[in-house]
Amino acid sequence: MSEILLQIDGKEVKAGEGMTILEAAQGVGISIPTLCYHKNLEPYGGCRICTVEVESGGLTRLVAACLYPVEENLIVRTRSEKVDRIRKMILELLLAHAPDAAGLQDLVQEYGANKDRFEKEASFCIHCGLCVRYCTEIKKKNAIGFIDRGIRKEICFIPQIAAKECNDCKECFELCPTSYLQAVFVLTESLAFPSSKN
Amino acid sequence: MDNNRIDQIIDKHQGEASSLIQVLLEIQSEHHWLPKAALERVGEKLQVPLTRIQHIATFYKAFSLVPKGKHQVHICVGTACHVRGATRILDTVEEATGIKPGETDLDLKFSLETVNCLGCCALGPVMEVDGKTHGKMSPVKTAEVLKIYE
Ligand code: SF4
Ligand code: FES
Ligand code: FES
Repeated sequence: MSEILLQIDGKEVKAGEGMTILEAAQGVGISIPTLCYHKNLEPYGGCRICTVEVESGGLTRLVAACLYPVEENLIVRTRSEKVDRIRKMILELLLAHAPDAAGLQDLVQEYGANKDRFEKEASFCIHCGLCVRYCTEIKKKNAIGFIDRGIRKEICFIPQIAAKECNDCKECFELCPTSYLQAVFVLTESLAFPSSKN
Repeated sequence: MDNNRIDQIIDKHQGEASSLIQVLLEIQSEHHWLPKAALERVGEKLQVPLTRIQHIATFYKAFSLVPKGKHQVHICVGTACHVRGATRILDTVEEATGIKPGETDLDLKFSLETVNCLGCCALGPVMEVDGKTHGKMSPVKTAEVLKIYE
């Protein structure tokens, strides 16, 4: 694997071909915030909180660090006025859906996001897809999936599968930034397989 | 819809998982909706998880997970049709069928949907029944068209 030299926040960084900006940054201890990224899952690029500024050939662009592959001589800025503004906006939009989500609070502090900026539309799920992808890719149980699209998109358990698999697993629970997943599980359980509790 | 017919449709597509949407579309067009048992059968035969099928079946408007009427009525409420009186056409259909957009009548005769521009604004207000376009509608004409399908 050939080595690629790039610059992240003014630091010379060596990275392997095919690595993402996020991986290269993590390798040298530069942190970029993520919400939908998980090191054992396929790249997703759903939340855009990892947005960074890249400069190559005199052009500056905004890209998702968890997806964008490193390039020779790329100049990456993980914080800038623009990047911070975008992250703050993303957080404020997410907060309209999940105002008190535990998994967002550190970022809310860091970027000074205002949870009252947008009218609340509490749906609690921020569509990071971690639960769905973890169940599909790692556990290969497919007990939970998404339904519908756009603003009506929701997670949904398949009751027959959940009844068999979930009680002994629940590994996705701790991935959820909002605890909405747990709530949906309890609801599914009490509607579809209440007897399994005892 | 029985399993044999579903199997036939699947076989036609060589049982390829990549034909999932085609298979679902065919079941939808023959049966007018996708019953749970059919989805389970398709999942089993194509080796696609139910979560995926469910996502696709709820993602595209072409699919319905609840029974649909024999005739699909689409009323255009796009800008051009709107200014030419689409509301009156919609009212007429609602009155004649007793259903609102997104609904199906109890006899499973009609399903009603609104759409935003069918691409033939010059014919507005436009109504489409089972894919056939009826242009320059008036409330009277609308009632007449519906009668053909009763
Ligand atoms: S329920 Fe939680 S983990 Fe699952 S998609 Fe929504 S926010 Fe992400
Ligand atoms: S972490 Fe990169 S898009 Fe979500
Ligand atoms: S607005 Fe009705 S066809 Fe264009």
